[in-house]
Amino acid sequence: MIRIDSLGFTYPGAEFFLRIPELHVAPGEKVAVIGPSGSGKTTLLNLIAGILVPQHGRVDCAGIKVSALGDRERRDFRISKIGFVFQDFELLDYLDVLDNILHPYRITSALRLTSEVRERAAELAQQMDIGDKLHRRVDHLSQGEKQRVAISRALLPSPRLVLADEATGNLDPRNKGHILDLLFQSVEAHGATLLAVTHDHELLPHFDRVVDFSDFRSVA
Amino acid sequence: MIDSFYIAWRYVAFNKIRTATLIACVTLIAILPLTLELLLTESEQQLLSRAESTPLLLGAKGSALDLVMNGLYFDDEIPELVSMAAVNELEDSGLAMPIPLYVRFNARRFPIVGTTLDYFDFRGLTMAQGRQLALLGEAVIGAEVADRLGIAAGDSLLSSPETVFDLAGVYPLKMQVVGVLKRSYTSDDLAVFVDVKTAWVVQGLVHGHEDLARSEDASVVIDRTDTNVVASAKLVEYTEITDENIDSFHFHGEPEQYPLSAVVVVPNDDKSGTILRGRYQESEGLHQLVVPGTVVDGLLANIFRIKNVLDAVIFVVAIATVLALTLVFALSIRLRQREIGTVFRIGGSRLTIARLLIAEIGIIVAASALLCGVVMLAVNQYSGDLVRALFIR
Repeated sequence: MIRIDSLGFTYPGAEFFLRIPELHVAPGEKVAVIGPSGSGKTTLLNLIAGILVPQHGRVDCAGIKVSALGDRERRDFRISKIGFVFQDFELLDYLDVLDNILHPYRITSALRLTSEVRERAAELAQQMDIGDKLHRRVDHLSQGEKQRVAISRALLPSPRLVLADEATGNLDPRNKGHILDLLFQSVEAHGATLLAVTHDHELLPHFDRVVDFSDFRSVA
Repeated sequence: MIDSFYIAWRYVAFNKIRTATLIACVTLIAILPLTLELLLTESEQQLLSRAESTPLLLGAKGSALDLVMNGLYFDDEIPELVSMAAVNELEDSGLAMPIPLYVRFNARRFPIVGTTLDYFDFRGLTMAQGRQLALLGEAVIGAEVADRLGIAAGDSLLSSPETVFDLAGVYPLKMQVVGVLKRSYTSDDLAVFVDVKTAWVVQGLVHGHEDLARSEDASVVIDRTDTNVVASAKLVEYTEITDENIDSFHFHGEPEQYPLSAVVVVPNDDKSGTILRGRYQESEGLHQLVVPGTVVDGLLANIFRIKNVLDAVIFVVAIATVLALTLVFALSIRLRQREIGTVFRIGGSRLTIARLLIAEIGIIVAASALLCGVVMLAVNQYSGDLVRALFIR
């Protein structure tokens, strides 16, 4: 699913250099990425998603050489092949639950919003246990419910890869395990691959594999 | 783009106060010049149409504008007065029909217009209710007066004292409303018409009281000779003209010297008008004969000069408003950096963000345009009344 070879990336003007000689993730694999703060974990997710472009090496994802795509192709690739789950959910307060789940379909022409998609969004919300809150504003939801909305939004376009950036970081311990279970179940149900950045070592046993970023990052 | 409008709509609907403020700003800045333009155009039409339908106006020398505003629009500003002798002089010339006007007093804030029946024919005013003036003390009211005061033929109306502090002044006259005029959408709708003699009664120049020749009350009659009776202040003048007391009303002094505020002069033909204008132009007398259309043209020229200044002020305010709105949007973009970042990370582009902002601006501008349209329709609907209420009378 993911193939990274000889990757080198630096932010312009920053004393930071990320170097990953090789990283492979198989389709359907659930991989945790750990490492100290500032080691480049989020940067890796952005490089895989095509938000950032490496200065050296190559990033392939779902058989596509992401690092060689143009701006528009990278955006289309991102929106149709990748689902993002963020630590602080990044939902839009002024939209209700259903509109937040459908949001990716409203901001790009790469996805078409049909009645079938709406039905699928409702089903997904049902699976996430927020089916009765479709028309509630998201600022009226609990933290756990917000993350379920965010996961539903990430999974609705049936992405091949789900990138989770500290997806459980803002949740209480009881919700943390439950949300992770939900995320795993949903990813498996959609046949997707999961690459999750986490600081929480208690969750690591749930993953198929753990990648430690301490091995990759080097400071110039 | 429909989806962008949908998201933008949800955003503006969510931020109600911000949206309402922005819509109010845009609407106001659009409405101000449009309303001003509309009202000025309406007032220009109203002023000109009445002025152009009044061939000539005679008054005492002084402000031609005061004369026209009082004689045509019954303005409160009273010009220098002329006497009935001026009317007689015009009649004697055989060149025109003079219509006396005495606009000086009010009845519940509406001007009392003392005139003759010729005025109604000249203006084409017809009755909607009741009958025309026939007796002293009767009044015919304009349609708007009837509406606003809720009175009709058969009711009565008191003239207002010139000053409430003048205890020795003339008492208010209770006038009988005998008719209501059809609406003409002119200043006539807002006037109380009486015979010019009734206007003099209001002033106290013509009055009625008990017959002193027969009075035996020593406290009323101070002195009596064969030809004269001197009454004390105890003598009460009638404040209402009735069938019983109408015969007691009499003139003091020479009626020819009784005052008028203006005389509408309707020349027999163009030549007569020209002759009259020439006479009064050459005359070193006390009168002026003005062409109302010319005077109003001069007034409008001044108004439009002021309007140009107002337009410039509004333009500067509009620029300031646009800059403020730009700042609001710029700050809004900064405040929404996180949301914008999310859109980028999910797969949106700068174009997506631009579309969202354009849609948001579009909704605000469209709502403002709609609101502006509704207000302008209302202003247009009532512009005639507004102009009469605000600018003319």
